[in-house]
Formats: sequence, structure tokens, C-alpha cells
Amino acid sequence: MSTLEIKDLHVSIETEQGTKEILKGVSLTIRTGETHAIMGPNGSGKSTLASTIAGHPRYNVTSGTITLDGEDVLAMSVDQRARAGVFLAMQYPVEVPGVTMTNFLRTAKTAIDGEAPALRTWTKDVKAAMQQLRIDADFAQRNVNEGFSGGEKKRVEILQLELFKPKFAILDETDSGLDVDALKVVSEGVNRAHAEGNMGTLLITHYTRILRYIKPEFVHVFVDGKVVEEGGPELADRLEEEGYDRYAPGAGVAVAPAVQA
Amino acid sequence: MTDITTEKARIGAPSAQPFINGFTEEGENLSPVNTGTNTSTTSEQPSAGPLAGASAKSHSHGGGVGVPDSSRAGRLTSYKVADFKPLNGLEEDWRFTPLKRLRGLHTEVLNGVAPAVSVTAPAGVVVETVGRDDKRIGQAAIPEDRVSANAWENFAEATVVTIPAELQAEGEVTVLVTGTLESPAAQHIVIVAERFSKAVVVLDHQGTAVLSQNVEILVEDGAELTVVSLQEWADNAVHASAQQAKIGRDAKLKHIVVSLGGDLVRITPSTRFTAPGADVEMFGLYFADAGQHLEQRLFVDHAVANCKSRVLYKGALQGRNAHTVWVGDVLIRKEAEGTDTYEANRNLVLTDGARADSVPNLEIETGLIEGAGHASATGRFDDEHLFYLMARGIPEKVARRLVVRGFLNEIIQQIKVPAIEDRLTAAVERELAATDN
Repeated sequence: MSTLEIKDLHVSIETEQGTKEILKGVSLTIRTGETHAIMGPNGSGKSTLASTIAGHPRYNVTSGTITLDGEDVLAMSVDQRARAGVFLAMQYPVEVPGVTMTNFLRTAKTAIDGEAPALRTWTKDVKAAMQQLRIDADFAQRNVNEGFSGGEKKRVEILQLELFKPKFAILDETDSGLDVDALKVVSEGVNRAHAEGNMGTLLITHYTRILRYIKPEFVHVFVDGKVVEEGGPELADRLEEEGYDRYAPGAGVAVAPAVQA
Repeated sequence: MTDITTEKARIGAPSAQPFINGFTEEGENLSPVNTGTNTSTTSEQPSAGPLAGASAKSHSHGGGVGVPDSSRAGRLTSYKVADFKPLNGLEEDWRFTPLKRLRGLHTEVLNGVAPAVSVTAPAGVVVETVGRDDKRIGQAAIPEDRVSANAWENFAEATVVTIPAELQAEGEVTVLVTGTLESPAAQHIVIVAERFSKAVVVLDHQGTAVLSQNVEILVEDGAELTVVSLQEWADNAVHASAQQAKIGRDAKLKHIVVSLGGDLVRITPSTRFTAPGADVEMFGLYFADAGQHLEQRLFVDHAVANCKSRVLYKGALQGRNAHTVWVGDVLIRKEAEGTDTYEANRNLVLTDGARADSVPNLEIETGLIEGAGHASATGRFDDEHLFYLMARGIPEKVARRLVVRGFLNEIIQQIKVPAIEDRLTAAVERELAATDN
């Protein structure tokens, strides 16, 4: 059992207009086996939270902590975080020209496990995982994400999730830009990884659509860099019906008090 | 040939004085074409090939006279070293080159023993060693700079590789050039791909040398030729290589330059279209370590209509005073309607203290073209690439190597000769291993 704990996290970025605070005190605790959904309108800071946990250099943590089983995640480099068990499925996976998927997957797996995977089982695992995600076999010889469609990129992110077996998976709008079929395939992949019982999931999404396939126990609503409401799956249903409008300024919902732990 | 003489006489006209070595009466802006080259007697020129005249003529016309460096079309070409002014390093095409490290290629008589040439070729390919008077010499090339002309005047014998008409050569032709001596030498190689033939020719440079070399590449109508020039010299080698190609109707040339070794390597590939429907791809890969100077200056001459060219050179640099130069001149002449061209250069700087110069030049004399573009980017690692790989647990150092490997692989993948690809991949690995120290 592992715990990823985020406490009163404040994050800012440098813009041309100066420093801008994006996360304004976020607290969140995720344990192995749990699925948390973070929902919120555009610009609310959802993706910033994801990137900050993974350690993207663009984001400056000005105060607060992130710990994984008590270890200070913020003190770790990006690769150390990944090796500690944090996996970020990116919203916009980059193309890495010239590096084949096969080479990349093996290199990453070797880094994460600290030893090279046994060649025979590894090749078999990769093949099987690709098949389940309906990724064409010839993708293995293609360069990482190069020329992949949006949906293909997302499937490849989930392929990595299944192969690398992280302690915590952060899915940054993995559902965006997917058609229903792709959404199902991707969701099944996440559910398979989750079913192994050693993973906590932080599902970041703008839409409720994916929650038909991935069932969160906890739903957190993000507005303006803060969690404004928390609840169970019923909160997602409500968002489905009402949207985010009631969180808009002046919409008459008591926003702040419900938040801080 | 008459055309050359006429042209030269005209170019030489403004300055009637006899040429004095190293003396310039008009200051440093004086261009080579205005230095009053004494009208050399054409009878002394080694070339007798009927095509040499056409080749020379095709790029000595144009509006460059008087402001010669402003257009690639106006550049002086001659088989005579004396027609080129001694170099002072301020010339447009020499301004990046450390002349002192040329070790006499631009000043000495190149009478050293040329590096040994040994050719292995698949069945049907004809390999000959010929004298200076062979009629095939001068068919595809005329020197465009002093160092190239110096080699032309001084080479003793030439290696001629002919892929006979309609031969589909099985496996590659390897021209192994092995140097052992360091006295300035000249070398001449001619590659002829006859009509509708298909072949891969690898020029493999090894050992050490102080060498100026001319490589003529004739791609006849409908032929498909790949030329790979590998420079894996020892650390102290100096190599200037002018590789000029003439492309026939519907012919295809893929030209790949790979420079890894040597103290100073300067490759100047030119491709000239002579008939429509032809297609040229030019690729380059260079990896400069501390102190190395690797220069590549290419020229694509769209002199006729409906030809296509693609250029991609990629370089990596590491270490103090690692210096790379890429200059890409693409000229679309008035006649070259329907031209489709794109050239790009990418450099990846791995450490402080290295310098990459990149100059894409595109001259367009007609608007009736399919497309023309150029791009150049020199950068450190893309942080987003690095982040993506590190977010998968890959340590920074490994990630960087993975990316460099990937960056350069794009060119290596173009070679399509497995043995050479493996060898270059291994060579790049060695370069990368050196970074870790």
C-alpha cells in the first residue's frame, strides 16, 4: 500500500507579464487501489497539477509538499520520480524523431526496473499489450509518437502505463480528442492496470464521458487553482447534468469552505 | 570551350594589369572575378570532354559579374589554379574556414602521394585507373574554388567507376581511400551512372591525409545513383572534397555526406540539373568534437524546368572549439519553372564552447515554381523531448544520448546499406561515449 500525498500546493509559472500563480493551495491524498477524478473547466489548473507532480521544469512550486510514502517527491528529478513509481500519461505526448518505440520502451523499462527486462517475456508482453490496445504491430518499429494520430498517441501512453506498472498513474486529459471506440480501448487499458491492485489513479478530465468507463471513488472539482468541491461518483453525475457553470463567480454556490483539509 | 574563353576574357576585362600574387589594388572587397586573371590559354586545360563546356557555360552566364558574391550564378569557375586569387580568408566561400589548418592545400603544389584507392564492386561495374587525358574527365565538373582547381591541376591519375547502361548493380560499390602520408596531395574520382542503371557507390575515407579531391558524378538519363561519402579520417587529417554531380533527364541522385573524423574537413557538393524530370536528395551528417572543423557547402543548381531537390543536413557538436559550417546555396534560374525544392539544416549543440554556422541561401529567379523553402535551426536539446523521456524514468544522460542517436539516425536510415548503417551507428555511439568524459 502506497500513498501519494499533496499538501497545500502552490505553483506558479513565469510569463511575459510576470509571475502567475496557478495552483493556490491544493491538498489531495491518493492511495493504492483508489481512483480519483479531478474535473474542472479549462484553465483551472488541472494539467498544471499533473505536470507539477511529474516535475516539469516550467512549474515552480512556491510552497506546499508532495510526498510518496513519506519521501519528498519535490526533491527528486523527473526521472527519479518516474522510477519512484509516478507515471504521467501526457495530454500532448511529444514526437521523438529517430527513437523507435521498441528501443524507447525497453530503455524506459530498464531504467524503471533497474535491470533490463528478460528479452523473451518482454517482447511477448509488449506484443500482447499492443494487441489489447489495438495498436498496430508495426508501430513498434516507428519512431516514438512520430506521425501518430491523436488517438494513437493516447493509446501509446496507456501502453506504457500497462508495461511500466507504476504505483501512481496520472492521466492528464487522456480522453480528450478520442472517439468513443478509442475511449473504450483506452479505458479498458487503465482498468486492466488498475485491476492488478497495485496502482492508484488520478484521472484528470474536462468531460464526464470517460467516467462511464473508469469509475472513480472520489471526485474533486477544480476551479481557479483550487479544489472547490469534493465528493463521490454522484458529484460527477451532477456535473454531467449541470456543467461547471454553478462554480462560476457569482453563481451563488458556497465555494471556498468545502475545500481545505 | 570557346564559351569559357570568351567569358573569362570578359570577366577579366576591367582590370588590365597582370595578376600579381597576393596583391589586391582594390582592397579586400575585390572579388576573385575582378582580379584580372590573365586570360589563360584554354589549350592547356586538361579537360577535353564536350560536356565540360556545357557544364561550365551553364553556370558562368547570369548576372553575377561585378557583384559576384551576390549570386551563386556568378561564381568563378576554372580548371586553372592561377585563375583564382590567393585566399586571404575574407572570401565569402572561405570566411568560415581556418586557412592555416589547410596545411598548404591552397598554396602548395599538390604533388604528394595521393591516398591509396581500392575499389570493390559488384559484377558488371567497370573500374579503371586512367591518365589525365581520359575523355571522361571534366564531363561533370569544373572547379569552383582555388583548392579544387589546385587538385585538378595536380592529380596524377583518376579512378573511374562506370555503372554500365541498364545495369542494376547488386550490392554497393566501395571506393576505399586510405591515406598514410601528410604531404599535400591531389586526387580525382569519376563516377558515371549510365542510362537507366542503378547503383550505390560508397566513398570511404580512412587513415590520414592532406588531400584536395575532386569527385565527378555523372548521372545519365533515367539512372538512379546513390553516392555516400564517408569521412572517418584520423584526428589530424585535412580533406577538401569538391563533389560535383550532373543530372540527366528523369535521373535520380541521392548524395549523402558523413563527416566524423579529421582535423579539417570541407565537403562542397554541387548538383546541376541539365534536363527536366530529375530528382536529387542530398543528406548530410556530421559530428564535431573539440577542435574539429567540419564544413559543408552545397549547391543545387535548378537550371532547367520541372526538377525536384530535397536537402537535409544534421549535425551534432560537442567540446571546446568544435566548429561546423553548413552553407546551402539553392539557385532557381529563370528557366527552371516547375521547380520543387526544400533545404534544411539542423544542428544540436551538446556542450558549451562549440559553434555551428548555418547559412541557407535560396535564390529564386522565377515565380512559376511548385515550391521553394529553406529552414535552419540550431539548438540545444529540446527540453520537451528530454522531459518526456525522463518522465519515463530514463536518466538525463541516457535520454540525451537516446535523442542524439535519434537525431542523427534520421540521416543514417537514409543510407540503406546495412553494413554502413551499422558502422555509422557504432561510430556515433563512440562519439557519444566521448561526451561522458
